[in-house]
Amino acid sequence: MTAAAHRHVGSSRPVWLVLVLLFGVAWLVVALDGGNFVALPNLQNIAQSSVALGLVAVGQSLVVLAGSLDLSVAYVVSVSAVTASVVMNGSAADIPLGLAAALGVGAVIGLGNGAVIVGLRVNPFIATLGMSLVVRGILNALFDNFAGAVPDEFQALGYDAVAGVPVSLFLLAAVVAGAWLLLHRTRFGYHVYAVGGNIEAARASGIRTGRVVLVAHVLAGVCAAASGVFLASRLGAGAPWVGPDGGYDLESIAAVVLGGTALAGGRGRLLGTIAAVLMLAVLDSVFNQFQANAFVQTLVRGVIIIGAVALYAFREQS
Amino acid sequence: MTSAAGLPSIRGLLSVRGVSKAFAGTTVLDDVSMDVRAGEVHAVVGENGAGKSTLMKVVAGLHQPDGGELALDGRVVRFQHPRQAMAAGISLVHQEFSLLPDRTVAENVFLGREPTRRLRVDRRAMISRTATLLAESGVDNVSPHSLVRRLSVAQQQNVEITKALVHRPRILVLDEPTAALAPHEVDALFARLRAMVHRGLTVVYISHRLSEVFQLADRVTVLKDGRVVDTVDIKSITPADLVRMMVGRELSNHYFPDRATDPGKGPVRLQVSGGGNDAVHDIDLALRAGDIVGLAGLDGSGRSELARALFGVQPFTRGTVQIDGSTRRLTSPRAAIRAGIGLLTADRKAEGLALPLPARDNGLLAARALGGRVASAAVAALVELAVKVGLRPEALHRESRLLSGGNQQKVVLVKWLATDARVYLFDEPTRGVDIGAKAGIHDLMRQLAADGAAILMISSELPEIIGMSDRILVMRDGRIAGHLPAGAGEPEIMALAVPA
Ligand SMILES: Nc1ncnc2c1ncn2[C@@H]1O[C@H](COP(=O)(O)OP(=O)(O)OP(=O)(O)O)[C@@H](O)[C@H]1O
Ligand SMILES: [Mg+2]
Repeated sequence: MTAAAHRHVGSSRPVWLVLVLLFGVAWLVVALDGGNFVALPNLQNIAQSSVALGLVAVGQSLVVLAGSLDLSVAYVVSVSAVTASVVMNGSAADIPLGLAAALGVGAVIGLGNGAVIVGLRVNPFIATLGMSLVVRGILNALFDNFAGAVPDEFQALGYDAVAGVPVSLFLLAAVVAGAWLLLHRTRFGYHVYAVGGNIEAARASGIRTGRVVLVAHVLAGVCAAASGVFLASRLGAGAPWVGPDGGYDLESIAAVVLGGTALAGGRGRLLGTIAAVLMLAVLDSVFNQFQANAFVQTLVRGVIIIGAVALYAFREQS
Repeated sequence: MTSAAGLPSIRGLLSVRGVSKAFAGTTVLDDVSMDVRAGEVHAVVGENGAGKSTLMKVVAGLHQPDGGELALDGRVVRFQHPRQAMAAGISLVHQEFSLLPDRTVAENVFLGREPTRRLRVDRRAMISRTATLLAESGVDNVSPHSLVRRLSVAQQQNVEITKALVHRPRILVLDEPTAALAPHEVDALFARLRAMVHRGLTVVYISHRLSEVFQLADRVTVLKDGRVVDTVDIKSITPADLVRMMVGRELSNHYFPDRATDPGKGPVRLQVSGGGNDAVHDIDLALRAGDIVGLAGLDGSGRSELARALFGVQPFTRGTVQIDGSTRRLTSPRAAIRAGIGLLTADRKAEGLALPLPARDNGLLAARALGGRVASAAVAALVELAVKVGLRPEALHRESRLLSGGNQQKVVLVKWLATDARVYLFDEPTRGVDIGAKAGIHDLMRQLAADGAAILMISSELPEIIGMSDRILVMRDGRIAGHLPAGAGEPEIMALAVPA
């Protein structure tokens, strides 16, 4: 047995390497321009802007690793943002209720996705795309812009910082830690990898594969809902467009893939996804400092995503 | 020990009663009844597609029967999910590998039954218990930490068997477990099985190698076209009887086809001088038109790696390769195919077949990739070839993933025969193929050689190597350890294959 045989596949190391590289380049470019990339406000900003996508991407990682996909996350973000702000409606006493309602809605939509995929054997792409349209229809029928309001106390989640670290970053860190333990330390996590890797083999090994996929989808729904709650606290209220405007569906999938997870499932590490989310936030921050043209931003993102994934494929081979 | 003896030995531990199963209107099992007694080794044999694997999947809860029932200890059981069959003490080692390539050996062995401590997977326990189980099984070349995808086919097979033993089953079903094993590994497996049977395990054993059936089994059930022909005591029949029951007609005792009249006289088709890469070293070898060269060696000796190097999958980084006298750089499979080389891989699922495609399209895959003959002529030729290797023409229209294991193997074979290759690399060409078809494939190889092809045949079955080869190369540690003439015996081959 060589040392290489023991190395864990889908190690997220190369992704962190790319992140550090990107960060270095950003620092340099901004410094040449006379700015300071590592100034505290800028770092806070980067962290802050990673939270929303980060939360969604954690859930997306779970379903992708399980061999599935969730295209409905963007509208789950909207629905939970609106639910939170309508239920709280400016009253601090209703914060727990609003939170529960928002996360509950996310869980129910996730359950719906899972049930359609497992029970009706609909391809995940189609199932969650359909769900996304259903949710969008309902949302647009009921609301057209900001609805309700979150109480000031709740905005602390979006704006406050403890010792310079944004509160929302603690939320993200907690969710990531929880998901990491779940994936890499519990039987459920092992079974997620098995189902994504080879569903027939998983079933033959006695795993209730349907249940695994279902739970993964529920968790993805809850993660997206958490992101919606965070956005509501940032914006002061929820609106039906917050999810789709953020492009969380495709961005979260891009982050998962950029983080080195196989789109086919069964292979990848959660921390890779997080590194990828940070990468995208660093990019955005640089673009903002230079007030780059939006089209150029999009183009560069595309190039980076393709380049990074090509790099992983190359490393895999050699 | 009274356990096995204490039971009335006539009583069936597992009874299959009138089980039927159809897929999309095609009947695969038709009123199958079979009794497996406690403590016996019960062999199940039959031609490719007879329904052996399907029957075992019903027993293991992977398929639910359309009709009939299963009984354990006389009580009717209904398995909706494999976990129920496992809980009842039935464990199946699948014919097709069911391991996760990107997980470790320990993670695979304990898949679905990971030990936990306070909700967390107890990885230390998992690893140490895997190590113990592997040692108990006599597997000393596999680490619990290794990724399965880095293991050889034989190592994976051993992991697969270890996995089946994790929950200490009462009935162990083995579906062609030796197809990928070398002779000494087969011996080790048999010794282990006997020991376990002695301690009360009941084994259901599927194999196309009748010698194994006669070595190991107490009784044998013969399936043909989804029906039970008979269940008989192994002591009451001869191998010839068994073959007759399987095939339904007299099959002359399978001798290998005669060798070409004067081997070693044809022009050199393929010549390698000083070839090497990470896996193989100092390869010098010449294949002549009309020759069948057998490549023997233990698993991991570099046999498959040599074939893969010649086929451009993992190209040589040193040395030269000449084909029909002109130097070629075989840097990709496409380059190799263009140079007239065909490789039948040992891992048909991963490398040999596009599983969702009809078998017919798989058969034409390589030919089409080269822009070969027009479709209609090729299809006609394909049907002809299929019949030669014992594949029914209608099987060509079914999705490849739905064919039985042996029939998939035949499709891969046909794929290369359809390309007009001049140099054939056969890696375990008859793995999992029934004896009738095996004879057909051997005849076909002779025919190919007689028509001027050069053949390199890798096989773990020494009788096949000895029976078919005009010359024998033995590999060890990535090098060619020696050449033997036709007619060399098993001891001479093993002496070269096993490190001194
Ligand atoms: N899921 C399925 N859907 C449709 N047909 C199937 C399916 N599984 C098996 N079959 C068909 O059932 C028949 C019996 O297959 P099975 O795998 O049981 O044969 P086998 O006796 O194990 O053969 P082999 O010796 O080649 O392994 C074959 O014709 C096969 O194509
Ligand atoms: Mg079979």
